[in-house]
Amino acid sequence: MEQTQLEARPDVPQHDVKQVIELIIDNVNQLKDTQGLKAPAQLDSATTLFGGDGFLDSMALVTLVVAVEQAIEEKFGTSVSLADPGAMSQEHSPYRTIGALADYAVQRLRAG
Amino acid sequence: MDEPVTLITGTRIGIGRHLADHYLRLGHRVVGCSRKPVDWTHEGYKHYGADVADEKAVKAMFSEIRRTHGRLDHLINNAGIASMNHSLLTPTSTVNAILTTNVVGTFLLSREAAKLMKQKRYGRIVNFSSVAVPLKLAGEAAYVASKSAVVALTHVLARELSEFGITVNCVGPGPLATNLIRSVPRQKIDRVLEQQAIPRMGTFDDVANTVDFFLRPESGFVTGQTIYLGGV
Repeated sequence: MEQTQLEARPDVPQHDVKQVIELIIDNVNQLKDTQGLKAPAQLDSATTLFGGDGFLDSMALVTLVVAVEQAIEEKFGTSVSLADPGAMSQEHSPYRTIGALADYAVQRLRAG
Repeated sequence: MDEPVTLITGTRIGIGRHLADHYLRLGHRVVGCSRKPVDWTHEGYKHYGADVADEKAVKAMFSEIRRTHGRLDHLINNAGIASMNHSLLTPTSTVNAILTTNVVGTFLLSREAAKLMKQKRYGRIVNFSSVAVPLKLAGEAAYVASKSAVVALTHVLARELSEFGITVNCVGPGPLATNLIRSVPRQKIDRVLEQQAIPRMGTFDDVANTVDFFLRPESGFVTGQTIYLGGV
């Protein structure tokens, strides 16, 4: 039997918001293919995800956020939680656009 | 199908340790955690030193489970603490500690487990409440509040996670011979037992049998339920 004492991770290097935007777009496209998600053909940082004219319903949002968390961990080797208490509020939600989600993810990555 | 992967919290002693032995015997790949190191070993068992309410440690443990096994079939949220004391003599630090381990720990482990389980659209989560909830035991205000919250969490998580193929249920044991009740006077235990339909102490096997039922693949239509043992 192995025993592991888990410790906090060392400093996370700076990450490019652009890389995370690409990663989010990849994941949206994957959800289009695998789960029949209806999303606009053109996706960029200004694309609204959730709320307003966003294309995600609350369950699709959960699926996308969890997929992005895992993709970030695979790409950067750092586990982040993208849970946010403001998730369902329209104005300050980190989930309102692809760009907002990318900013939020990078902020969490930097916070370690 | 490969052997199921079963995560059990609080495996150092008591019910958690027994459940780890039980599921190892049944051929599961068992992962466990506890704050203090365990003094027992078993082939096929992997232990993490992690506090269930420490988000960083818990997320790191799940990252490893994902890397090692790529899946999680079962989560048994057994880790829990108690403090038997009159409410007027209970410091808020004790209340916070009980709520943190019993409620926040159950929430955090369930959240992270569900993320992993939803990938396979299959999962079984079993939480731990107590007969102290329906019996409204005096002298256990903070503990009963925490275990009531676990029942409430079970109800809501059952609804939120059903579409991912995950069931969430709860077992509520009565008094068992564990450390949790070692300092409770015999008279008090007897008063609890008198309120059960079957007035005897529970056994580890009584608990394991109930958890077995919730974990069965055939129990996929059973969710949001709490089974109190001994007929309370």
